[in-house]
Amino acid sequence: MSAISDTGTRRDTTFTFTIDGVEIRAQPGQTIMEAADDAGIYIPRLCDHEGLRHQGSCRVCTVKVGGRSVSACTQPANPGTNVESETPYLTKLRRDLVEMLFHEGNHLCPMCEASGNCELQAMAYRLDMTNPTKFPYLEPNRDLDASHPDIALDTNRCISCGRCIRASMDVDGKGLFGYVGRGIKRRVAVNGMDLAHTDAAVTDHAISAEVCPVGCIIRKREGFRIPIGEREFDKGLIGHEIEEKANA
Amino acid sequence: MAEPRLIEIAPVTRVEGHGKVTVHMNADNQVEEARLHIVEFRGFERFIRGRLLWEVPVIVQRLCGICPVSHHLAAAKAMDMVMGVDVLPPTAEKMRRLMHYGQVMQSHVLHFFHLAAPDLLFGFDAPAAKRNVFEILKENPELGRRAVMMRKYGQEIIAATAGKKVHGTGAIPGGINRNLPIAKRDEFLKDIDTMTEWVQDAVKLAKDYTIEHIDLVNSFANFPSNYMSIVREDGALDLYNGNFRMKGADGNILLDQIPNKDYFNYVIEDVRSWSYMKFPYYKEMTPETGWYRVGPLARLNNVDFIDTPLANAALNELRAVTDGKPNTSSLGNHWARMIEVLHCVEMIKQLLEDPDLQGTDLVAKGDRRQVGIGVIEAPRGNLIHHYEVDEHDQVTYCNLIVSTTHNNEGMNRAVKDVAIKYLDGQAQITEGMLNHIEVAIRAYDPCLSCATHALGQMPLEVEIQDAEGKVIDSRRTGAA
Repeated sequence: MSAISDTGTRRDTTFTFTIDGVEIRAQPGQTIMEAADDAGIYIPRLCDHEGLRHQGSCRVCTVKVGGRSVSACTQPANPGTNVESETPYLTKLRRDLVEMLFHEGNHLCPMCEASGNCELQAMAYRLDMTNPTKFPYLEPNRDLDASHPDIALDTNRCISCGRCIRASMDVDGKGLFGYVGRGIKRRVAVNGMDLAHTDAAVTDHAISAEVCPVGCIIRKREGFRIPIGEREFDKGLIGHEIEEKANA
Repeated sequence: MAEPRLIEIAPVTRVEGHGKVTVHMNADNQVEEARLHIVEFRGFERFIRGRLLWEVPVIVQRLCGICPVSHHLAAAKAMDMVMGVDVLPPTAEKMRRLMHYGQVMQSHVLHFFHLAAPDLLFGFDAPAAKRNVFEILKENPELGRRAVMMRKYGQEIIAATAGKKVHGTGAIPGGINRNLPIAKRDEFLKDIDTMTEWVQDAVKLAKDYTIEHIDLVNSFANFPSNYMSIVREDGALDLYNGNFRMKGADGNILLDQIPNKDYFNYVIEDVRSWSYMKFPYYKEMTPETGWYRVGPLARLNNVDFIDTPLANAALNELRAVTDGKPNTSSLGNHWARMIEVLHCVEMIKQLLEDPDLQGTDLVAKGDRRQVGIGVIEAPRGNLIHHYEVDEHDQVTYCNLIVSTTHNNEGMNRAVKDVAIKYLDGQAQITEGMLNHIEVAIRAYDPCLSCATHALGQMPLEVEIQDAEGKVIDSRRTGAA
């Protein structure tokens, strides 16, 4: 970015900061994550999604700036700061968060149509969550809402990222989804008795494959149409597209 | 006079699943009762309820890691019916067939060489430490290597059609999600003639064993029964599609060309207190007379012919042994199993040479129905999947009748027959004697976890009980 100075000449307003010792350039107003993405450095995230407002709720993008933990998707980049991201401490913290998400819901990858396209599963692979985890499974018993002719909602798989809520409110202008409950009981619900009693449409951005990171929002009769080998994360680890920018 | 005894073989080994055998012996050391118990818990039919119809072929295949493809395809066929699709696009039908032939090939080869061959090659009462596939590899490395490579070939076919060797996703309601790339096809074509040659040798091995041990084969768990399978409309062997046929013990046809969707008008399941596995029988008869056997030998007893030349020639040799009458033995299953592998490799070759495998029309649509019934000839025999699906695409009912369940009565009779022949009058029961019982069970290649739709591990045990039902001796093989 540039600005016009008092003397009428353009002046460069971009600045630099470091992530894990690598100097990157940022523009004023950019978050740490946005600047990192532009520079080809991937910071793990689940609740953040391109085109939707930042929320900073999943904390998977937690980084350390000046010793403080902040969410990279909401924290503005500042000139001259040193950001820590891929440290053993932060990687463990992220893995613990992801493990807790697996334990809080019913994430049965072998039978889930999102398998291979699921950001939660892909994050577990990226964070090397390959051993039995240490937390107790809560095994909630949540009903599947298949009342809508074209859409189903399986909140057993919801990770409360809120991406559908923001997409429906800000992009579709519908407010179809919202949170209900508090604490551990909080989850996404629809603004009607069930999906059939809402104005949800399969063409809504909130319903599209890219918004729900897991297999919670289901577009009916699409399941398993993409063969194994051609699914999103068959192509590479989550974040590979961002990291490929650095190599380009 | 000796005390009454209860002998328990627990677990039965070299079978898929966890089961046990109990032999009741009276004070005169005579066998009073012998039973195969399936003690695993059955759960899939319940927890599939409420799930979405397109998830079903992926979920129910988790019943088993040996023949998941059979469950995957039977469920997909049932869901084709729900989706109103009676005829698949040729590419979809042929890709599914290719997957199925690969599956039957690998499963039969696994059973014959890894599970059954140690008994056949080393003897039923050879030391237990010798009766395993590693000894075969040691004593006949070339045979062992072929066994591994033939199974691998079948597994690679599955991976190319389903996406993974175990628990893939290829078949979807109304079709398939991929075709076969030319490069992959050429990889398989390169080795198909070698496979055919090796399988012919395997058929010869099974045949020679049968002929050389004809007295044993004829006296070991050999008894008449009815036979059930699906057959093609012209009476040919068809492992993927067809209508029901049932033959009586005398070879007369009791039922023929019964559509899959009508199975429940002809087959009913009896429940007995001592096993989680049901006992199906022909509804028009009694449980005592209407029971039947399924599987390789039942299929070859049932069909008029095989429409691939090498397998058909082999079938004629098998039939010559019983002068064209139904082959009522249990051990004859091994020969029949290898003839089916020969049919599979011949079919695989035909399919690989068919350009439809590279087609791009993969899925058909139709008018929705509420009921879906899919029937297939799995490696171990006939497999029936029956579902009801509501207007929201959710499963409301599921019934699975698997091959091992169809064979329940047959296996129990085989156990009793062998127990009487080899244990009657014996004061000392040896491990080798008990292995005879296991050999009889193994001839049916039972999948006990499929039969009860269990999750978890699966070994087998044999128990000896006294007259009061108290366990006085037991043998347990494999891990708990």
